[in-house]
Amino acid sequence: MAKHRISVTVNGTAREAEVESRLLLVHLIREVFRLTGTHIGCDTSHCGVCTVLLDGQAVKSCTVLAVQADGSSVSTVEGLEQGGKLHPVQEAFTEKHALQCGYCTPGMLMTCSALLERNKQPSEQEIREAISGNLCRCTGYLNIVKAVQHAAERMRAS
Amino acid sequence: MIPAPFDYHRPGTLDEAIGLLARYGAEAKVLSGGMSLLPTLKLRLGSYAHLVDINRIPGLEYIQEERGLLRIGAGTRQATLERSELIRTKYPILGDAVPMIADPLVRNRATLGGNLANGDPANDGPAIAIALGAELIVKGRGGERVIPANRFYKSLYTTELKGDEILIEIRIPVPPAKSGGAYRKLKRKTGDFAAAAVAVQLTLDARGAVERAGIALTNVGPTPIEAVKAQQFISGKTPDENNIPETARLAAQAASPSADRRGSVEYKREMARVLAARAIKTALDRAERS
Repeated sequence: MAKHRISVTVNGTAREAEVESRLLLVHLIREVFRLTGTHIGCDTSHCGVCTVLLDGQAVKSCTVLAVQADGSSVSTVEGLEQGGKLHPVQEAFTEKHALQCGYCTPGMLMTCSALLERNKQPSEQEIREAISGNLCRCTGYLNIVKAVQHAAERMRAS
Repeated sequence: MIPAPFDYHRPGTLDEAIGLLARYGAEAKVLSGGMSLLPTLKLRLGSYAHLVDINRIPGLEYIQEERGLLRIGAGTRQATLERSELIRTKYPILGDAVPMIADPLVRNRATLGGNLANGDPANDGPAIAIALGAELIVKGRGGERVIPANRFYKSLYTTELKGDEILIEIRIPVPPAKSGGAYRKLKRKTGDFAAAAVAVQLTLDARGAVERAGIALTNVGPTPIEAVKAQQFISGKTPDENNIPETARLAAQAASPSADRRGSVEYKREMARVLAARAIKTALDRAERS
């Protein structure tokens, strides 16, 4: 089976890799690029712990082929922090206790950061709908919703 | 989980894609959003030696209303439909349905064309296309063909698409004045397929009687089901508290569900009846206000 040479911009850095057709994007990120912040959970596109941004869109990276990301930009949780400063949504998650075990957190952060990019003032309902493809089995979502509202306020203020 | 090995092709044009499908025949599969295909390959429920990725072919993502037709490119993402003001305001049947498909992350990739061409009776698009009286435009080596949505689905995962054909466009007649639609879906949780769902599109005449009724069912049989008897029964009548329940009963009668973890045969048929009545009432209300 033919291999494909691909170029992907990962968290702003141009990367290259030679991949088998069947390699999944999440495996490219974790095993080739060694960015293990992106997790693998259900592996069947339900739980959302593998969420990354593909050209700015939140997607489940267990259900995208690595070769499909050729020429695209991929953002992972490692890229949220900029210049040593946490993203407002990361800060809000710590302040509002939006995580316990932390397994869902990277995916939650990516989905929530994408939401705040396109909606500066999401309602509680909009936040709950946006994270409906990301499962958290610890928090009951209450503090996650509060954290996103808090991050939105902080981003509007700055 | 890792799919069995396959070759990946990324054609830049539709003709190139059709050529690949023609060359590899039954060993090839079109990769659109991939939200059904990739899980199928990962779970090894199916395998193909060649995937033909149509995501980079220009000109497959659009929503346009012109000359009495709403034309939607087959590559249009569900998320794009969900955010479209035109769809939300003028096509509430789609406005109802799209936010209930899978979850927001899946809808960022999933395409309307994939939902329709997949041939899975659990997909929501087919019943809606049938209720709307849509036509599906497919293209292969022999050129384009126009297939009415209600004649597209032959059996489980089997459609009218030939091996070298790709669904390229969905054409929906722009609903006339006094039209309204609704989609009612029962599911256990976000991301689940329907236990049952019903699509209804009504057009009323000047007296308030039903001029055209489209009624179709999701996931209660091996294919999407057009509830022909229900459509015929309500046509020409002014919907009221007597004939709406009878229409819903006839719609549920068209279902042939099988029992699974979403419920028994009896439960699913009963839910189809309840959802049909609700969808008819909402569609009627919307038609009267349009």
